[in-house]
Amino acid sequence: MISASGLTKVYGGKTAVDHADFTVRPGVVTGFLGPNGAGKSTAMRLILGLDRATSGSVTVNGRLYRDLPAPLREVGALLEAKAWHGGRSAYNHLRFLARTNGIPNRRVREVLDIVGLHDVAAKRARGYSLGMGQRLGIAAALLGDPAILMFDEPVNGLDPEGILWIRRLMQSLAAEGRTVFVSSHLMSEMALTAGHLIVIGRGRILADTPMADFIPASHVRVRSPDLAALGRAVAAENWRARTAEEALLVYGATPADVGDLAYRHGIRIHELSPVHPSLEEAFMRLTADSVEFHGGG
Amino acid sequence: MVLRKATFAGAVAGEWIKIWTVRSTLWTMFSTVVVTVGLSSLLALAYTLSYDRLGFRARLAFDPVAYGLAGLNFGVITLGVLGVLAVSTEFSSGLMRTSLSAVPRRSRLLAAKAVVLAVIALAVGLISSFAAFFASQAIFSMRRLGVGIGDPEVLRAVTGGGLYLTLIALISLGAGAIVRHTAGAITSVLGVLFVAPIFGVFLPEDWGRTVQKFLPPAAGSAILTTRETPVTLPPWQGFGVFAGYTALVLLVAFVLFRRRDV
Ligand SMILES: Nc1ncnc2c1ncn2[C@@H]1O[C@H](COP(=O)(O)OP(=O)(O)OP(=O)(O)O)[C@@H](O)[C@H]1O
Ligand SMILES: [Mg+2]
Repeated sequence: MISASGLTKVYGGKTAVDHADFTVRPGVVTGFLGPNGAGKSTAMRLILGLDRATSGSVTVNGRLYRDLPAPLREVGALLEAKAWHGGRSAYNHLRFLARTNGIPNRRVREVLDIVGLHDVAAKRARGYSLGMGQRLGIAAALLGDPAILMFDEPVNGLDPEGILWIRRLMQSLAAEGRTVFVSSHLMSEMALTAGHLIVIGRGRILADTPMADFIPASHVRVRSPDLAALGRAVAAENWRARTAEEALLVYGATPADVGDLAYRHGIRIHELSPVHPSLEEAFMRLTADSVEFHGGG
Repeated sequence: MVLRKATFAGAVAGEWIKIWTVRSTLWTMFSTVVVTVGLSSLLALAYTLSYDRLGFRARLAFDPVAYGLAGLNFGVITLGVLGVLAVSTEFSSGLMRTSLSAVPRRSRLLAAKAVVLAVIALAVGLISSFAAFFASQAIFSMRRLGVGIGDPEVLRAVTGGGLYLTLIALISLGAGAIVRHTAGAITSVLGVLFVAPIFGVFLPEDWGRTVQKFLPPAAGSAILTTRETPVTLPPWQGFGVFAGYTALVLLVAFVLFRRRDV
C-alpha cells in the first residue's frame, strides 16, 4: 500500500505535485493517469525518495521508502528514463542489485526468464533495443518479488506483442494480490488494464475512483426545434437531462423512450441518437483545464 | 547464508560487483601499473645516463626514491578518472536512480562506493609504487645511485605512494559526487592537481613558496620524498594536509548527496 498525504513538490517556482492525497491499494491495477507534465513521474520519484518532497509525505507500507529494511523486496519500480549503465550486461546489472538487498542469484535467472532477456543477458546493455531496455527495467522491478510494483509509462517503446505482454503481466501481478501502480498519459491504455484510476492534472489529484465509476453513463442526444417543450416533457418523466449545444442530453432512457415521449407530446425531432461516451472523452473533459501543453495554435 | 536485509555490507558487495562489471576498471588498473612503472623507469634511465653532466647541487638534491616514484603522477590521472567515473557515470546513465532504489540511504551508498574504491586504489597504488620503486632502483644501481627498501624513510615513502593514490581516488570520488558530470568533475580535479601548482610558481617569493607547499599536489606528494626540500612540507605533515583536503571534499559530497534530488 502506498499512501500520500499533502504531497507537494516545487521545482524552483514550478509546482509539479500539489498537495496530493491518494492511496494505492493491493489486488487491483491502479492507473495513474494525467496529461504530459501532470506530475506522474515526479510523484513516483517522491515515493522512492529520489526527489525530496517540499511538503507533505508519502509512505510505503506505513514507512518512508528510505526506512524499508530491504526496499527491493517490498517495492519494485520501473522508472521513466533508462536507469542502467550501458557498459554493464543485464545479468551483471541485476546481480549487483540482488546483492544489495540479499536476494539470491537464482532469482536473477528467474526474472531474466520472465522478461525474456535470457539470450542477451550476457551482452552489454548499450546494445539493447528500446524494448529490451524496458524489459531490463521490468526485470529489475520484479527482482525482489515485491508486493508493490510501480511502472512509469511501461508500454513506451514496446511493440504490440510487448504491450500485450506487459498488460497481462500487470494484471496477473494484481491478481496475485499485489499493489500495481502504473502511470500513463493514454486513457485507452488504462481502460484496458486498470481497475482503479487516479487522475492527476497540473499536480493536483482530480479523481480517485474505481474504473467503472469513471466511465460516464450512456445517454441519448436529441435535437428539436422546440427544445424547451421537450425539456419539460423529459423532466416530467423524471429523467436526468442537460442541454448541450442546441441539443438535449437525456440520461436513463433509450432513444426509443425519448422518441415515444416526443411523439406523445407532438414535439418534432430533428435528431435522436444514442451516445456511449468513451473513457478518452471523460478523461479529456476532466483534465481540460489542467493540460500543461496544448498542441498547435 | 543470504541476508534478508539491505545492509552496509550488502551495499559494499553490490558496489564491488558494480565496479568490476564495467571494462574501464580493469583497463584503468592495468594501464596505471604499466605506465607508472614505465615512466619511472624511463626517468631513472634518463637521470642515470646524464648523471655525469650534472652539477654538484643537482647531485645533492637527488632523491632516488622521489625520482623513482615520479611515474606515480600518471597514476594520479588514471585513479583520479576512476574515482570520478565511479559516481559520475551513475548520474549520466540514470543508474543512480536504480542504485538509490536498492540502497535508499544515501550516505550508505556513497560510503560503500568510497570503501570499494579505496580498496582498489590502494591495491593498484601499492603495486604501482612498489613496482616503480624496484624498477627505478635497479636502473639507478647501474651507477650505484639506488637505495634499498630497508634504508631509512624508504618503506614509508613507497607505501606512501599507494596511500597518496588512494586519497587521489577518494577526492575525485567526492568531486564526481559534487559536480555530477564526468567532464566537469575530471576538469576540476585535474585543474586543481596540475594547474594550481603552475600558478603557485608565479606567486612572489616568501609566502608564495609557503602557499605552494600547501597546494594539494605538493602537500600530497611530500610523502614520496626522503630528503628534506625547501619546496615541500615534511612527509607526514604534507600527507595530513592532503588528507584534510580529501576529507573536506568528501564531507561536502556527502552533504550534497544526501540533500539533492536525483
Ligand atoms: N527535475 C525537475 N526540475 C524542474 N522541473 C521539473 C523537474 N521534473 C519535473 N519537472 C516539471 O514538473 C512537471 C511535472 O513533470 P513530470 O515529469 O512529473 O510529469 P509527467 O506527468 O510524468 O509527464 P509525462 O507524461 O510527460 O511523462 C513538469 O512541468 C516538469 O517540467
Ligand atoms: Mg512522466
